[in-house]
Amino acid sequence: MTSTERNDARPQMPLGLARRGYSGVIHRIAASDAGSALSAVELESRLIELGFVEGARVEVLHEGVIGRDPIAVRVENVTIAVRRREAMAIIVA
Amino acid sequence: MHLALVGTPNSGKTSLFNALTGSRQKVANYPGVTVERKQGSFVTPLGRQVSLVDLPGTYSLRGRSPDEEITRDVVLGRTPGEAVPDLVLCVADSTNLRLTIRLVLELKSTGRPLMLVLNMFDIATRRGVTVDVPRLSEALGVPVVTSIAVRKGGTADLLRRTDEISAQAPVPLRQNLWQPLTVAGLRATQREADRIIAATISLPTRPDTWTARIDAVVLHPVAGLVILALILFVMFQAVFAWAQPLMDLLSAGFTALGQLVHDTLPAGLLQSFLQNGVISGVGSVIVFLPQIIIIFLFILLLEDFGYMARAAFLMDRIMGGAGLHGRAFIPLLSSFACAIPGIMATRVIDNRRDRLTTILIAPLMTCSARIPVYTLIISAFIPARQIGGWVNLQGLVMFGLYAAGIASALGVSFVIKFFMLRDYAPAPFMLELPDYKMPRAGSIAIGIYTRAKMFLQRAGTTIFSMMVLIWFLASFPLPPSGATDPAINYSFAAMIGKALAPLLMPIGFNWQIAVALIPGMAAREVAVAALGTVYAIEGGKEAAEQIGQVLATKWSLATALSLLAWYIFAPQCASTLAVIRRETGSWKWMAVTFAYMLALAYAASLATYNIACALGAG
Repeated sequence: MTSTERNDARPQMPLGLARRGYSGVIHRIAASDAGSALSAVELESRLIELGFVEGARVEVLHEGVIGRDPIAVRVENVTIAVRRREAMAIIVA
Repeated sequence: MHLALVGTPNSGKTSLFNALTGSRQKVANYPGVTVERKQGSFVTPLGRQVSLVDLPGTYSLRGRSPDEEITRDVVLGRTPGEAVPDLVLCVADSTNLRLTIRLVLELKSTGRPLMLVLNMFDIATRRGVTVDVPRLSEALGVPVVTSIAVRKGGTADLLRRTDEISAQAPVPLRQNLWQPLTVAGLRATQREADRIIAATISLPTRPDTWTARIDAVVLHPVAGLVILALILFVMFQAVFAWAQPLMDLLSAGFTALGQLVHDTLPAGLLQSFLQNGVISGVGSVIVFLPQIIIIFLFILLLEDFGYMARAAFLMDRIMGGAGLHGRAFIPLLSSFACAIPGIMATRVIDNRRDRLTTILIAPLMTCSARIPVYTLIISAFIPARQIGGWVNLQGLVMFGLYAAGIASALGVSFVIKFFMLRDYAPAPFMLELPDYKMPRAGSIAIGIYTRAKMFLQRAGTTIFSMMVLIWFLASFPLPPSGATDPAINYSFAAMIGKALAPLLMPIGFNWQIAVALIPGMAAREVAVAALGTVYAIEGGKEAAEQIGQVLATKWSLATALSLLAWYIFAPQCASTLAVIRRETGSWKWMAVTFAYMLALAYAASLATYNIACALGAG
């Protein structure tokens, strides 16, 4: 990691837009913006149950074949597969 | 003493359950739901009899699916007819404690006696994970033991502590303070879990290198799909090729047994009942046992290794377009061999709605039992002409029939997604990709043994009674003395066939076809032999070529094509329907499957027959 990537001023973005190799820290969960089939409360609950909480380190390890979807994300020491649509709720920087 | 196993998916719960109970397991369904209830028993070192239930894996007690509701209700002692657990064992994968520690904190609030089992402790130690067990126990306020389920004696610590805890009984029950956690509550417990982990567990800085290396290939967009195709190819080969000698052996054994009965007993009803009803009926189902064992061998190996989640990852978008879960891929593929193991394999799908959709469309995959019917009609009616110099017309028709099956399965799934089961929250694809682990022979053997036992029990009950019913219909009433026509022409089957004939006239079926379809309920390919019987051709299945020649003179091309269209759907397989009834735990879904397949079969045959007639093939 270079020093510029560690910079606090790094722009925030949804994890759903991140490419393979991206790594960052979760800033917040914005479930109502994701456009998931789940309700915002349900989506946020499921994401937290899988370990997506503020401050957790994430890294995009793999991308799916069609439309680079779904993605395999390392969250701390667990690997979770999610669709990009649901990953839009995870705001990282 | 009653124990309940709770844990996140992939926590090694099942291997611990197998290690504790061995083959003393009973698999059933919870009443009214499609959720598997696994119960076993063991005796502790101090001689205490313990009954253990393996509850569905879950990340929390919110109960977002019927499986997770079962887990919540059993832990809370709310399930009628289910013993309230005296001790809840929360199983954790020691290499991956983060999500389980959060679950432990939530379980604690239920007030039930609780123990945390750090399973796969050997793997964790090898990877450089160090856990301060006494401090962890103190921080959580629950007893913590380590275990290595796959090693002999690896559960000694767990058994000893269970004895200690049961000796203290009765434990003063603490109050149940559990209530469904809000988002803020979930977040707070995860923060608390992270705080406890930071204080008591040190993690290696590098993730498991083997998993990373394997995933770099297996999840690669190109190499990953090639590997998936390769695995499926080997699996398919195994199911068709490896199982065949065993199936032939079983089939020959049952025929010999039938012949023995035929030779020993005097000709008459008892002889016919034993030979044609019992032995050939049950035999026609049991021959599928080798295929079922091979499919489950592959599924259990891939599941235990950790590949199944990767296959779901690779196939998610492709399957998702039709409203199917990525995990439906393997069960549907198995259904090309036979829908019975395919439907049984849907147990790898956690979500009830996704599982039900897969069960409903699995019979549309062209199973091997349709092949004799297809080949008979194709060779009798479709000329072996080359099209464009290199495509064989017969092969093309066969391919078309397979493609039509797949297309209609995707279509039905799409309809189900948009019009039915809407009351159910769809499950977006969110799945843990566990670290790879070496599958253990013992655990796999127990898994196969339980599946095989379930299948045989089913063959012994539901399927057997259907076979007897079909035999009865095809044998009674007896032909009058001096009758010249085949005996089946005087039976209830013939009466039903003739009664149905007017209904089947619009799709071009004569009464002989209608009669043949009735014993065809036992197994689809039996219809071939039955057609031979109805047209009074001696020699049964072996005379298929001869049957073909007779059919070519008796049927129009339109009728033949219509029967092919019917067999794409072939709703009449009794064994499949019996398995659907068993797996969904409801007559309703069995009836729904039969009704929709019947409707599709009729519509397809009607269209085929009329179009063919209009084109001059009538």
